[in-house]
Amino acid sequence: MKELFIEIYNKNKELINANSNEYLRLLRSNAINIFKENGIPSNKTENWRHADIEKRLKHDYYFDFKSKSTSMNVEEIFKCDVYDLDTFSVTMLNGWFVYKNAPITQLEDGTIIGGLSKAIEVYPDIVEKYLGSAADMNKAGLVALNTAFLQDGLFIYVPDNVEVSKPVQIINIVNSEEKLFLQPRHLVVLGKNSKLTLVHCDHSLVHNINFSNTVSEVFVGENAMFENYKVQNIGDNSSLLTNLFIQQKNGSKVSNNALILNGGFTKNYVDVSINGKNCHADLYGLYLVDDKQFADNQVFVKHAEPESTSNQLYKGILDDMAKGVFSGKVLVNKDAQKTQAYQNNNNILLTDDAKIYTQPHLEIYADDVKCSHGATVGQLDPDALFYLHSRGLCEKTARQLLMYAFASEIVNEISIPALRETINIMVEKRLRGELSICDQCLLHCNDKETAVFNIDLNKI
Amino acid sequence: MAAAEDSNNNLKELAEKDYKYGFYTEIESESAPKGLSEEIIRYISKKKNEPEFMLEFRLKAYRHWLTLKEPDWAHVDYQKIDYQDLIYYSAPKKKPKIESLDEVDPDLLETFNKLGIPLEEQKALSGVAVDAVIDSVSVKTTFQAELAEKGIIFCSFSEALQKHPELIKKHMGTVVPYTDNFFAALNSAVFSDGSFCYIPKGVKCPMELSTYFRINAANTGQFERTLIIAEEGSYVSYMEGCTAPIRDENQLHAAIVEIIAHKDAEVKYSTVQNWWPGNYEGKGGVYNFVTKRGVCEGDNSKISWTQVETGSAVTWKYPSLILKGDNSAGEFYSVAVTNNYQQADTGTKMIHLGKNTSSTIISKGISAGYSNNSYRGLVKTAKKAINARNFSQCDSLLLGDKCGAHTFPYIEAGNKSSVIEHEATTSKISEDQLFYCLQRGIDMESAIGLIVNGYAKDVLSKLPMEFAVEAQKLLAISLEGSVG
Repeated sequence: MKELFIEIYNKNKELINANSNEYLRLLRSNAINIFKENGIPSNKTENWRHADIEKRLKHDYYFDFKSKSTSMNVEEIFKCDVYDLDTFSVTMLNGWFVYKNAPITQLEDGTIIGGLSKAIEVYPDIVEKYLGSAADMNKAGLVALNTAFLQDGLFIYVPDNVEVSKPVQIINIVNSEEKLFLQPRHLVVLGKNSKLTLVHCDHSLVHNINFSNTVSEVFVGENAMFENYKVQNIGDNSSLLTNLFIQQKNGSKVSNNALILNGGFTKNYVDVSINGKNCHADLYGLYLVDDKQFADNQVFVKHAEPESTSNQLYKGILDDMAKGVFSGKVLVNKDAQKTQAYQNNNNILLTDDAKIYTQPHLEIYADDVKCSHGATVGQLDPDALFYLHSRGLCEKTARQLLMYAFASEIVNEISIPALRETINIMVEKRLRGELSICDQCLLHCNDKETAVFNIDLNKI
Repeated sequence: MAAAEDSNNNLKELAEKDYKYGFYTEIESESAPKGLSEEIIRYISKKKNEPEFMLEFRLKAYRHWLTLKEPDWAHVDYQKIDYQDLIYYSAPKKKPKIESLDEVDPDLLETFNKLGIPLEEQKALSGVAVDAVIDSVSVKTTFQAELAEKGIIFCSFSEALQKHPELIKKHMGTVVPYTDNFFAALNSAVFSDGSFCYIPKGVKCPMELSTYFRINAANTGQFERTLIIAEEGSYVSYMEGCTAPIRDENQLHAAIVEIIAHKDAEVKYSTVQNWWPGNYEGKGGVYNFVTKRGVCEGDNSKISWTQVETGSAVTWKYPSLILKGDNSAGEFYSVAVTNNYQQADTGTKMIHLGKNTSSTIISKGISAGYSNNSYRGLVKTAKKAINARNFSQCDSLLLGDKCGAHTFPYIEAGNKSSVIEHEATTSKISEDQLFYCLQRGIDMESAIGLIVNGYAKDVLSKLPMEFAVEAQKLLAISLEGSVG
């Protein structure tokens, strides 16, 4: 498997390195060497024990080294189903940045949004300073592979003291007859006292087999605020591998929210390095999986400096034969005194065939810290169920209501009202078993418009 | 209040003491040449006059061991062991059948007196039956006759091999097969002795059974094996203690403990592990790489592990339980203290296979000095283990800013009706508690001793009386000098 990727790299080396400057060429050749050494993570390694990536990679994937159309009118093929979500939206088609007017734009306040491949031409200073410096290629699975094949992705630069007024929405569309292998690379840089909210949406317009290996690097400046939402509602044929690296400086705040509503194979790796004082990081995750779906959340928080706090909350409901993994790790370095780090993972298993593996790990080298973690695996509270029954709710409705309540702890953390509302509806539908990837089309043909928690009057 | 004062005086007095078991006794011993080979294994087996099946077992284990690589995943760091530089068999020379204490080597007796082990019959009042094992060879077992009346077999492993080979053949390796791991394979190949305990059907063992292990000779690996079988409806409480002389070089201890509890049986296993931890610079000390596992074979059976880990330079052990019988229960209580340059990676595994099985894990880690203390544990419920219940709590206490405390729990739930809870905290001694003690006139060192003892109380209270006292003293000694 490893050899196959190296072969593809060698064959297409010219194409990959076309129009690239010296810095990128060097970065890629360095990356392919690391990949040659590390290869594809096997399920014998700790972090990949439950993720059978080999099986997912076995297909005959197609690599798109040249963007077919870089200019298109996205609205013609896609409309966002979050109706009143007011955003700056940018679109990625098959892993390439597409635009309506210009490949890279500077907003009035100085914020730069555009494609990474263009950004490296126009703003080489910024890109070269940051690109590749947070994503440790030796650490997480396929980061080296992504870097070796690095082509395009999103680039956002928020200057000092700028608060971007609207969230930036990244719409990732897959529309190809081929079995696509995508490796988008995003770079986000926030200056001092700035603020940015990002919303990622993955959509596939075809139900083909595809594999996406995304790497994002986010640099959060002093006292800056960064919020990130990722909604993953993709088909069972899709495999999604995301690697998010965040670096925080003094006084910065980060909030990351990963919502997995559907997906054949999803593995999210979040790596937060807290390199400053008085920082705070909130990491939330929700996974609602069924059938033979697989959801794996791996979180690594490093407290390198004193007086910062972090909080992880991941919740999951697993149905049918679904498999879930939570593996969280908090590392508190020797000098990171007064750190507060919390970690929590709650799971509900609905069937005997569903499986959850949870590993909340703490590694602490400082003494004046408050760290705790908790993990639970259980069922719906029978007392709560009984209460709802006694109020006349039928078994099904009562169960759905409780599951909905379980999930809403995460959903309520979403700070954008329109998005929260939509996710709420999606979660409701998901729990009723009605949400599928068809929901992304506007026809909503399986939306029967039934009231969710209607009380059965006959039973009162 | 008076009690608190007492306990403080106690602590203070003890805090001034060093590792009191660090002496070395000149006992003429007979050793095998250094190194490991099939010949050595044949030599050990022949020396011990073992039945044929035993030799075969050893050779199979050895051949398997050759195919294995030493594991390195634990959160510990130690100098690699040269397995060819160890002596695999060392026994006190004068070991003809001992009928009464008069025949025991006086030097040996002196050793045990120093250890405070009630080996002499006159100490019968303490009511503990002791099997003392020195350099992996059992020297003397007390109370054998009394136990025999009830049908209880409590003797050294080699004696059991001679007298009850069928029991050994039937049970040995069923809980920890020689294929289990690197150190288990090594032990299976070269183990020299250990304790054997068999409680027949319906018998409640009238006294605590206890084994004392001591490494004496230099450059010797200690490989002992304990096998405890509790038949239907029986009960036994078993204790194990261990010490080693102070030496500059590291010593290896790789033991196996197997416990089998049949229907309605209960086994309580307690250990105070006090191997020489190395000096304050981290020189010397025992490598404690032990495989301990129990299986609740029958319905309604129960096994509990209680351990106080204060010794060893490197500890790497996970006393585990397989809850096979329906309604069986498992418990794990642990206090692990590391000071200076000690390293501990310890915890448990609870594998739920039967219906309505339950397990409790309480682990308290205390790290001081430059030490590292990790809890690593697995709770797994199989698909058929419906209504399985687990509660785990593992707390870590940090004394000083150069030590580390780590928690690595693994939870694998395989059915919808199991309830698993895990919680862990890491903190230092609260300023408020310290201030309160100081303001009451208790000095810093005693105050810390007091708070630590209180912190570990949940576990210490599970120990049998004889051990609880020793364990409390040990805690105080281990933490000596960690303040400041």
